[in-house]
Amino acid sequence: MGHHAEAPEESTEALLVLSVSKKNKNIRTVQVNRPEPEQVNFLPALAKGLGITLKHFFGNVVARKHTETMQYPEETKAYPERNRGLHRLMLREDDTERCVACMCCPTVCPANCITIVPAERDDAGIEKRPAIFEIDELRCVVCGLCVESCPCDAIRMDTGVHATAVEHRHESVMDKSALLKSGTKSIAVQGGTGPNWRK
Amino acid sequence: MTTTDWIFWVLDSAAVKWVALIMIFVMPVSSLLTWAERRQSAMMQDRLGPNRANIGSIKLWGILHFIADAIKMIFKEDFIPEKAHKGLFILAPILSLAPVFIAFAVIPFGPTIYPHELGSVIPLSNPIEAEHAINLQVFNVEWGLLFYFAILTLANYGSVLAGWASYNKWALLGGLRASSQMMSYEVAMGLSLMGCFLVMGTLEPDAMVQWQTSNPAHWGIVVQPLAFVLFFTSAIAETKRAPFDLPEGEPEIIGYFVEYSGMRWGMFFLAEFIEIVFIAAVIATVFLGGYQVPFLEADGFHFAGTSLAISHGFVVLMQVGALATKILFLCFAQLAIRWTLPRFRPDQLMDLGWKRLLPLALFNLMLTALVMAVL
Repeated sequence: MGHHAEAPEESTEALLVLSVSKKNKNIRTVQVNRPEPEQVNFLPALAKGLGITLKHFFGNVVARKHTETMQYPEETKAYPERNRGLHRLMLREDDTERCVACMCCPTVCPANCITIVPAERDDAGIEKRPAIFEIDELRCVVCGLCVESCPCDAIRMDTGVHATAVEHRHESVMDKSALLKSGTKSIAVQGGTGPNWRK
Repeated sequence: MTTTDWIFWVLDSAAVKWVALIMIFVMPVSSLLTWAERRQSAMMQDRLGPNRANIGSIKLWGILHFIADAIKMIFKEDFIPEKAHKGLFILAPILSLAPVFIAFAVIPFGPTIYPHELGSVIPLSNPIEAEHAINLQVFNVEWGLLFYFAILTLANYGSVLAGWASYNKWALLGGLRASSQMMSYEVAMGLSLMGCFLVMGTLEPDAMVQWQTSNPAHWGIVVQPLAFVLFFTSAIAETKRAPFDLPEGEPEIIGYFVEYSGMRWGMFFLAEFIEIVFIAAVIATVFLGGYQVPFLEADGFHFAGTSLAISHGFVVLMQVGALATKILFLCFAQLAIRWTLPRFRPDQLMDLGWKRLLPLALFNLMLTALVMAVL
């Protein structure tokens, strides 16, 4: 019985009780929070809302004041300088590849996406060159470890180009000629200057 | 009949005027509204909206999207549910589209044109006895606005039948909501217009425009401001658009046309936009002076004692242009309201219709009657 008497008190807890009937304690006068007149009457709220939306409308129509949209294919955001994109192979002074097939990059690559088949090089000072240099850009996780590990600045990821969409998986494998296509000459001095190269 | 007689007789025939009105003004404006609504809402919400449809290098801010939409809808699959009532399912979109087209017949889109007087100034004092005259109102009857109410009520059948014929609970709910909403708001709508009827003494739209004269202080919105607000509100409810888009109710029931696809859905869509244009036309006619240009009479401008004579051709052009401008502005206002206000709950909708708009309309009617009786 006592439990039943308490139940209504819990439900009306949030309401301010103004008076309680002497005959029945469950009959009481409470203060109810009615909505403000301006909420009930729709027109002022409508005018206020229209003011905001029309301000944005005219601001945007006249001067694109509030829009942040970038028209993507036409406008693009500039990538940060250290962005890692597709790989490229760098060139020597005589336009041959700088790579000496030391196998550092396929060794360090966590995704096993680099394939190098070394071959001998005719040049007396440099022993090896890659006969095949392939990178599977679908497997590549774009970690950049190959670039870090390269001792002769032969591989870089600074093209700023994404891996492009392809119809067949094999099309995503970049071979040596594709990698060399965007290659440039590096200013890094490479090999053959002897033990005192630091001077 | 000579050839010129025959030409003017054809030009003055109701069918030609009606087709010309629909093809030159109503259809282009309402199809452009489908683009304008998306673009305007985008601008209001700090987006860009559809701006890419183009023919080669002709881009025009994406206006061509309405053509792309039409092509898309025509080539989409026309799906009819297996258990739907085929006949009613096909009839419903036609029933929502056709009445709105017909209702345009009562709107006076300009003054009477006297084809032989286009170059000359028409004297105000003694109206000419012209051999030929083209009245720019298709259907000139004393009960013009009653005709509009009668015809537009038919459009209700479109949404109800669509809901019923689809064999879909959500569609049926949408149809029921549509019918209850239309019935509730038509009462307030009609009663608010009764105030104007008392003041202007006519239900014929062209006579209403004539009564309002070219003086803006004499226009319906000044004479009957409360009726204007009430009529505008219930007219928006009649178009079934936000904040009154319960029959559609996209987040919960999707609406009475949930089973429709392709061009049949497109007809509902188009009917909605034509209704926007139509409501704008009615409000412009009854409350904003119709085709009247401020201070422009049939022979030119008259303002504060000075006057400027203008030939009949230019007067007609300006007056038709004035009505078009008013209609476009009211369309803009409707779109702005639609993208500003959130949707009502069904109980709030009924509350607004029966407990606020209806008493206010009655109050307005009685007040007008009292003032008319005293004056």
